[in-house]
Amino acid sequence: MIIFDKPKALTDVPLHYCPGCTHGIVHRLVAEAIDELGIEGKTIGVAPVGCSVMAYNYFNCDMVEAAHGRAPAVATGLKRADPENHIVFSYQGDGDLASIGTAETVHAAARNENITVIFINNAIYGMTGGQMAPTSLPGQVTQTSPYGRDVKACGYPIKVCEMLAALDGPEYLERVAVNNVAHVRAAKKAIKKAFQNQIDGKGFSLVEVISSCPTNWGMTPQKALQWVEDKMIPYYPLGVYKDRSAKEAEV
Amino acid sequence: MAKINLTFKTDLCKGCGLCVNACPKGLIEIAADKINHKGHHPAQITEPDKCVGCASCAMMCPDCVITIERV
Repeated sequence: MIIFDKPKALTDVPLHYCPGCTHGIVHRLVAEAIDELGIEGKTIGVAPVGCSVMAYNYFNCDMVEAAHGRAPAVATGLKRADPENHIVFSYQGDGDLASIGTAETVHAAARNENITVIFINNAIYGMTGGQMAPTSLPGQVTQTSPYGRDVKACGYPIKVCEMLAALDGPEYLERVAVNNVAHVRAAKKAIKKAFQNQIDGKGFSLVEVISSCPTNWGMTPQKALQWVEDKMIPYYPLGVYKDRSAKEAEV
Repeated sequence: MAKINLTFKTDLCKGCGLCVNACPKGLIEIAADKINHKGHHPAQITEPDKCVGCASCAMMCPDCVITIERV
């Protein structure tokens, strides 16, 4: 009996990510959700610009490559073209979703588009070589903030879940992490729920995954996961920020 | 007791060691004397008989290197 194997919704292409990059874990969790919900044939993914730009090589479903930050807008079009038969998800990093794509993200959430957004927050621009991102922590050393992020000059990090939770639109917002086994299991549950919400026609679901970037943080993969636990999770608290259906069921 | 068969697709391994930390029994190590196609030291299991098949290593592996089977 197979206890654990690669999900069918992932292709056999070896991932190009750096050693210890948690993108691979999140790819697998998305693929497992697709497998378990039996929606592989009708799922369409939207790939972002950033480290995961080649996500279209890795998922065994139809994929579209969006312009930088525009994945929620492209996903909106895909979903509205055939809402009954398509399950549409976008997979975006923090430079994509929280920086250049803020407008698309906020408005897709405000419209409560029936799409699933997987948001990878690793507090840095990975692909371009480790520049400061809108999500970089105060005091965090990056290529463009060698003395640490100075909030007087660069402002404060954007907390996407908290920001979107203020809107009436979105159905489901949760922040999870993938720095240990327990958090990975919780992340899988959240991602599956985000897809289930779309199948049930409930609306905009976003799962923010606190991720690591060992290469650009300048740490070993193990230390990077420890840094997630020590520095990132206190600043970006995990949890459900909005779950409208669950709240309505309580009333 | 059922035997657990834990196999590594060694050539996909990038030697990041996340599985090493994840194993609650400390059974996985990075093979310092081996090099795979990618040029990394791959992960390997030291005492397969002691594996309980919890799949923690596979849950943490970013590259789907590990397959676990109960035989």
